[in-house]
Amino acid sequence: MDPGITQPKLGFVGMLRFFWRQLTSMRTAIVLLLLLAVAAVPGSMWPQRSSDPNGVIQFFANNPTLAPVLDRIQLFDVYTSAWFSAIYILLFISLIGCVLPRTMHHLRALRTKPPRTPARLDRLAAFRTVTVAPDELAEGTDAAAAIEAARTQLRASGYRVTVFQGAKDLSVSAERGYLRETGNLVFHTALIGVLVAVGLGGGFGYTGQKVVVEGQSFVNVKGSYDSFTPGRFFTDAELQPYRLTLDTFTVTYEEQSIRAYGQPIDYNAKVTTWLPGGKGSDATIKVNEPLEFGGTQLYLLGNGYAPTITVRDGKGNIAFTASVPFLPQDANLTSTGVVRAPDAVPEQLAFRGFFYPTAAQLPSGALTSIHPDLRNPVLTLFAYKGDLGLDSGIPQNVYALDPKDLIQIAGGDSGVAPLELRPGQTVDLPDGLGSVTFDNAAPNAAEGDWSHSVPRFVSLDVHHDPAQGWVLLFAVLAVLGLLSSLFIPRRRVWVKAVEQKSGSLRLEYAGLARGEDPGLDATVESIAARHTGGLKA
Amino acid sequence: MSETYASYALVVIYSAMAVYVLAFVFFTLDLAKRSAESPRAVAGSTAARASGSAVAASASGSAASATGPGGVGTLERESGPTAESGSGGRRMERIAFALTALAWVLHVAGAVFRGLADGHVPWSNMFEFSLVSSGIVVGVFLFLQFWQNLRFLGTYISGFALVVLGVGTVNFYVPVTPLPPALQSYWLVIHVFVATLGTAFFGVGAGLSIVQLLQTRREADRLARLNFLGTMPTAERLENLAYRVIVVGFVFWTFTLIAGSIWAERAWGRYWGWDTKEVWTFIIWVLFAGYIHARATRGWRGTRSAWLALIGFGAVAFNYTIVNLFFKGLHVYSGL
Repeated sequence: MDPGITQPKLGFVGMLRFFWRQLTSMRTAIVLLLLLAVAAVPGSMWPQRSSDPNGVIQFFANNPTLAPVLDRIQLFDVYTSAWFSAIYILLFISLIGCVLPRTMHHLRALRTKPPRTPARLDRLAAFRTVTVAPDELAEGTDAAAAIEAARTQLRASGYRVTVFQGAKDLSVSAERGYLRETGNLVFHTALIGVLVAVGLGGGFGYTGQKVVVEGQSFVNVKGSYDSFTPGRFFTDAELQPYRLTLDTFTVTYEEQSIRAYGQPIDYNAKVTTWLPGGKGSDATIKVNEPLEFGGTQLYLLGNGYAPTITVRDGKGNIAFTASVPFLPQDANLTSTGVVRAPDAVPEQLAFRGFFYPTAAQLPSGALTSIHPDLRNPVLTLFAYKGDLGLDSGIPQNVYALDPKDLIQIAGGDSGVAPLELRPGQTVDLPDGLGSVTFDNAAPNAAEGDWSHSVPRFVSLDVHHDPAQGWVLLFAVLAVLGLLSSLFIPRRRVWVKAVEQKSGSLRLEYAGLARGEDPGLDATVESIAARHTGGLKA
Repeated sequence: MSETYASYALVVIYSAMAVYVLAFVFFTLDLAKRSAESPRAVAGSTAARASGSAVAASASGSAASATGPGGVGTLERESGPTAESGSGGRRMERIAFALTALAWVLHVAGAVFRGLADGHVPWSNMFEFSLVSSGIVVGVFLFLQFWQNLRFLGTYISGFALVVLGVGTVNFYVPVTPLPPALQSYWLVIHVFVATLGTAFFGVGAGLSIVQLLQTRREADRLARLNFLGTMPTAERLENLAYRVIVVGFVFWTFTLIAGSIWAERAWGRYWGWDTKEVWTFIIWVLFAGYIHARATRGWRGTRSAWLALIGFGAVAFNYTIVNLFFKGLHVYSGL
């Protein structure tokens, strides 16, 4: 280091002050803003655990060496990552450090009177002067009357005004547009509000998913959810008890347009809801029209078919009967599902099935579905026997079956064709192991009308977010603040009246803007015209 | 009936494109003419202009005569004919502008026919986005003339509209299809329309920023050969104009963000989920927030903030094309 240069010693407090100054400077704020924009980009390039968890799993499978490295630097959790959080937390600290002193300053400014009229108004950006001859003036108009008129006029236009008595002149000093800074502060404070509401409010809420088959019910208790994600501060008290039954679920398909034939154009879930001890009331849930009930919003996010399947074992006893939700695999609702019948004797039974709402044969002989509605419903099942392993205590996926320890008795390599059923049909299993029935939900329907033969299920998302309203409120405040901070001009205007020796009255008008103000000159012009006009006889 | 309307729509859209081509040609001819008539004196007068005198600019028949009475450097409404009186007016420009207005009427008719064919607002797939967004860009350009003479951007705007409309119609065309349930919401009308409006203002702002950057270089005598710039406003004035246009775009964009959140809450059960489109909308918002702050910060005004405006508009274009077509996310409505 050059010995000629001695740096001032800042000391600990001095250093802190130095960093605070740096952090709260506008320059730093801009850099942080740009950094935030750049840091948000990777979240759109790699799948995120928050929005696309399956994409992450797939990425790991496809890039086994790269994925762990990316994971180390949190590229699959960008928006909760240490580096992204660091940027926005610094930005918000910088913002608070900027907003607080400005608020204090603004509060003082709000109580301060407009400043003393400058001696030389003609030096200001916008300036007009008019001299009115004595014979032009209205009766009894002197400087005092002129300034009083100006004061009234400016006040009526929303200016705050003070009158100053100079040595040879009388003037009014006026200022308007405090709402500009107010709006600016409201905007920035509201952004902090949004952040706090999102951060804290999310903690008290919960989200849950539940699959409900037509005719079945759902009770809002934790155990009844298929999956449940509580917020950080969640307690069971947040769960309001209620019950809901899915009465019918109707899908309307496009029939006119050839290009979009079979595309769903409406989903309609009719439900009945009960509060404890109350009477049931009817409601509907549609896409874009969630149901608000019991402090929660219920969204219709998925649907499919739940074929009713009955399994009888070798002794003729019913080992299983239920409507089993099958997961859709494509737009025509070719669906897969699993049935387990651990109570079957002499051997436990399990089935892996495909359901085709409108079955058609491919050239290869395999079945596929060509329409999502029930026009030619067919269920095919692979059957297995053996120990299902349910007693081992290891949790199993209800939608998947691991056939490793099982013996296949129908379909695949078993030498027996897969079981193929239409609603209402029953087929026997090989070796006298029992039978399977695909129950028809509408057995009395006309010949060939399968439209109600298989129940549908809906997948409901249940949300409780007590902070949602707050977030919206702060967002609206932010917009209002933004509008007033960008479009309300802050202006100072002065009107000065000087009585000339000749008896005429010299009037000076001037304006000064804070920041850019394209309309300033025109404003001074119109104030002058109106004021002068009012003084003339 | 729907098919008939859809074919009418295509006919008018192709006609609009033809007229845009003509407008583009005439706007370009006007630029050439500007180069020819821009006196050498203008290039020499940069020093004088930088010191705040706009005499040279107005004497050269410039659209930049920024001097209202007593208001050097202020921005008020153009005083109309005086700006064009310098050297016999801008005939080429007037023709080009009239052609643009004609093309726009056809363009709007195309969008209306498409909407009639759809039975809903015509902005639910990539083709329709292109149709409507280019139409709104031109519409905003045309209506801004009531406020300021920005006709010198004509080449940029007509060229932009032509490219967007052309690519959209030729590459992204899809026949009329019914709306999927997720899009059946009045928020489709509000959210997408306001987003497009914001895009249009950002687009015009970007055009002004490009001219500003060129003008800055020219004023520093590094681009003295681009004579047509001599007939355009000074860099400082261009910067102010760009700011005022972009600020309006920013307000629309903020509204888009909020309206989108409200709709996302209705349709998907959460108001913010970092979906790719949400991410890019956020990035654009942050970039333009940076731009607005840059304008109020010493060292960041002028060229730097102009580059920020261009990067911001680049992000808008990226969001609109690459994100729509190639990124995975919930906003998969490109219809392709």
